[in-house]
Amino acid sequence: MPPLFQSLLLVTAQVIVLLAVSPFLVGLIRKVKARFQCRQGAGVFQPYADIAKLFRKQPVISTTTSWIFTATPYILFASTLSAGLLVPTFTSQTPLNFAGNIIALVYLLALGTFFLILAGLDAGSAFGGMGSSREAIVASLTEPSMILSIFAIALTAGSTNLSTIVHKTALLEGIVTDPSPHLMALAALFIVALAETGRVPVDNPATHLELTMIHEAMVLEYSGRYLALIEWAAGLKLAVFLSLIANVFAPWGIATTLAPAALAIGLVVYTVKIAGLAVLIGVIECMFAKLRLFRVTDLLGVAFILALLGLLFFYILRS
Amino acid sequence: MFLADDVYTMTILLAGMLAIYATGIVLPLCFPSRPRIQNLIAHGLAAVACLGGIILGIAGLFASGPLILLLSSPLPLLSFAVRLDPLASFFVLTISLAGLAASIYAVGYVRHFQGRVSVAALGSLINGFLLSMTLVVLADNGFFFLIVWELMALTSYFLVVTEHEKADVRYAGFFYLVMTHIGTAFVVFTYLILFQSAGSFSFDAFRHPEEALPEGMRTLVFLAALIGFGTKAGIVPLHVWLPYAHPAAPSHISSLMSGVMIKTAIYALIRVYFDFLGGQFPWWWGFLVLLVGTLSAILGVMYALMEHDLKRLLAFHSAENIGIILLGIGAGMIFQTYGLKEFAALGLLAGLYHTINHAMFKALLFLGAGSLVYATHTRNMEEYGGLLRRMPWTGLFFLIGAVSISALPPTNGFVSEWLVFQTLFLSFQFPDLFLKLMLPIAAAILALTGVLALACFAKAFGISFLALPRSSHARHADEVPISMRIGMGIPALLCVGLGLAPMIVVPLLDRITAPLTGVSITDKVLALDGWALAPVNMEFSSLSPPMLAAMLILGGLLGLALAFLFGGHLVKRYYKTWGCGINLSPRMEYTATGFVQPIKRVFSTIYQPTIKLETEFLQESRYFAKQRKFEFHIEPVFEKYLYSPVVHVFMRIADRLRILQAGSLHLYLAYIFVTLVVLLLFAV
Repeated sequence: MPPLFQSLLLVTAQVIVLLAVSPFLVGLIRKVKARFQCRQGAGVFQPYADIAKLFRKQPVISTTTSWIFTATPYILFASTLSAGLLVPTFTSQTPLNFAGNIIALVYLLALGTFFLILAGLDAGSAFGGMGSSREAIVASLTEPSMILSIFAIALTAGSTNLSTIVHKTALLEGIVTDPSPHLMALAALFIVALAETGRVPVDNPATHLELTMIHEAMVLEYSGRYLALIEWAAGLKLAVFLSLIANVFAPWGIATTLAPAALAIGLVVYTVKIAGLAVLIGVIECMFAKLRLFRVTDLLGVAFILALLGLLFFYILRS
Repeated sequence: MFLADDVYTMTILLAGMLAIYATGIVLPLCFPSRPRIQNLIAHGLAAVACLGGIILGIAGLFASGPLILLLSSPLPLLSFAVRLDPLASFFVLTISLAGLAASIYAVGYVRHFQGRVSVAALGSLINGFLLSMTLVVLADNGFFFLIVWELMALTSYFLVVTEHEKADVRYAGFFYLVMTHIGTAFVVFTYLILFQSAGSFSFDAFRHPEEALPEGMRTLVFLAALIGFGTKAGIVPLHVWLPYAHPAAPSHISSLMSGVMIKTAIYALIRVYFDFLGGQFPWWWGFLVLLVGTLSAILGVMYALMEHDLKRLLAFHSAENIGIILLGIGAGMIFQTYGLKEFAALGLLAGLYHTINHAMFKALLFLGAGSLVYATHTRNMEEYGGLLRRMPWTGLFFLIGAVSISALPPTNGFVSEWLVFQTLFLSFQFPDLFLKLMLPIAAAILALTGVLALACFAKAFGISFLALPRSSHARHADEVPISMRIGMGIPALLCVGLGLAPMIVVPLLDRITAPLTGVSITDKVLALDGWALAPVNMEFSSLSPPMLAAMLILGGLLGLALAFLFGGHLVKRYYKTWGCGINLSPRMEYTATGFVQPIKRVFSTIYQPTIKLETEFLQESRYFAKQRKFEFHIEPVFEKYLYSPVVHVFMRIADRLRILQAGSLHLYLAYIFVTLVVLLLFAV
């Protein structure tokens, strides 16, 4: 197979995997929460049906809005999907690895956040503005920790490109004997993931209470296909973070070659890994209460300190 | 290029550019009481000269050697020497690009000044301002540099006080004048030290002094230059003049002051540190620059967030972006100390890349703010709203600027900030644990800066352009004239272009950094035939802005395709926003103050906010408020704790000295007599 054709095939496969797996993750978390609350809950594939239904619904658009409102779902979808293509999923041979490193990933996600904040303000209702304002502060506090935590790992692998990090770690190259920097970074990144994907204890995706909502408040005015894209993008963002955590910290089983058998194993292992993480998030959502907005800063401060300690440990252990 | 090495053509081009600026200064004054002609002549000539500057700048970057012109003067130490080397060419190019946009914009914009201020003076001064900025970067003689540096300060001062009938404008102008001269004093001091060892004011003598400067003197040069040029650049804590001077000036002038004038200080810093001092310095110099950069970046954006005057907000962002530039340069200086020349070049390159990027998006944003002022007659963001529907072009251009300054892909701001990040990440090469730790922390603070800038511009764009109009001004705003739209369109296009084409920009910047650091890094930074940036190597980090742009476009198309596939043909229904059962009014919208309230609260240690809430109750019952008054201020820490005490001391000294100037003629005659006697005694 010519290399270009092979790359296109891999990219297409990754797009399909990401798009396919993201509603499942959302459904799985909901199922876990339902079972913990002694409910039957909807099936894990319910989000697929929800998205399909939303696509078919006629969208209602506020008369106060501008083109920003209708463009945002597409921009959000595109930026989240692009971010997803920079993260390795079932194989560490990500063809678009060269397009950007961890910084590019962070800023691609920020592009989506920027437009979502604008869309929240566009309809003119106070709910949207409230959501936008809160999203701005949560995003500000998560990104430094995210960059610092990945940096600690990047140093071990000698790369800031995610696929290269995962590939090297999977082949057990450049692994330090002491895993403590990794554990610190893992804890930091996990908190960041909870905050960025709008999960308890930072945000509650299951509520429409004005006092608590962040993400839901921003997208309150959306309906029809626009809401479908936004929901899908939210699922994608979850998939991006879970893939990142699963593959950077536990790359075992990922396909390091493009042999069909390795790819098949990689796909199965990948699904199991992120499903496991989704279950963990579901459990956390049941065990903890949502924090008050101004207590969230403490949590994210902890994430920053953990990431910084990870870096410090790395240097001290090295020298 | 054939043009670049043809000394004759280049000389003509350079002289022609300077001559057109000079004509632009004089000619508008020759048409008294014909403001339309004055306007066209002044800004037309400025635009032509800027076009010449753009060609000259590009040609200068390609030239194999510097172009040197020398005109001796009657004064012994002064010579009108001009030297067009790659560093100077780059800044001529940047100044001319911003100048072109501003002068085209001004044709329409200046119209609303007609009848209130002299258009001839305004047009003549902008030519003088552009001329002096161009000469600042071209000057090859310390004395000459100081003259044009002062000329730049004075022309910009007169431009700031264009609307001098307003008291706050006069105050802003005075503040700027004082600050800029404090800076100039340190600049003069810097050059005097250099002069002492060189024996001449010629820059060549500075470069190769007869006797090398002793270590202590070099440190003094470093510090004096940092303070002197730092004042002009607006580094924290010397940034206090920015939020006064930039908003007071007409917007096209603000775009030049913020976009390029403060960059002349960056030029001068690079010139002094890497050229005059030969790039030899202890590690703490670079670290100090890095520290100043970090502080400027984070505090600049934090103060910007709290501003609701659009132009003041943009002024604080200048401090932020100067900080980002200095982060790149400072990191480069530290690498230089440790002999890691390639990384030093990378840091310098990142700083220069951000310099031209900031010039473009900040010029664009100030011009956009000018359009808003033109259309609504207010700078207060809380009175805008819903302007995207009334002013679609201005809105689109402002959005491009906002996305660029927030460093979001695939725009230019992202690419240069990414390069700064990579420079900081390479710090693991240092032998010293302290520096190894400090640079990643600077990177984390840079990340925080980036997101806060995002929040700030989400606020600036969202509150100004989206939702319902918040005042009758905004309800009746109209799109600005075509010349103003072209003026904004040029930097908007460049914001996108400079981001998508690093394969063109990086080799050009490399021509500047290569002579300064001694290594060429184009091959090391560019990979995959220029389609990707990969500082050091593809293994460590890579970024492909064109690829990211393609991914974003294809992703958006995929979204459209999916929507069509699952949902079929789109039929929208329009209905008003749900306002809890009552009709939505602008008073129900989120305000700019409300938007940043969580940020203010989280970072209250920095802001030290004071909140005053006064409620007047109805006489019948304390459960019903008649009216409420809410005020909030953030503590201007630097002005209160750093500047006020100094000003206070000066005032007290001045009070004491006033005894000397009692207003009595006899006393003054006595002074003259005493002076004469003393001088005669000395003479004998």
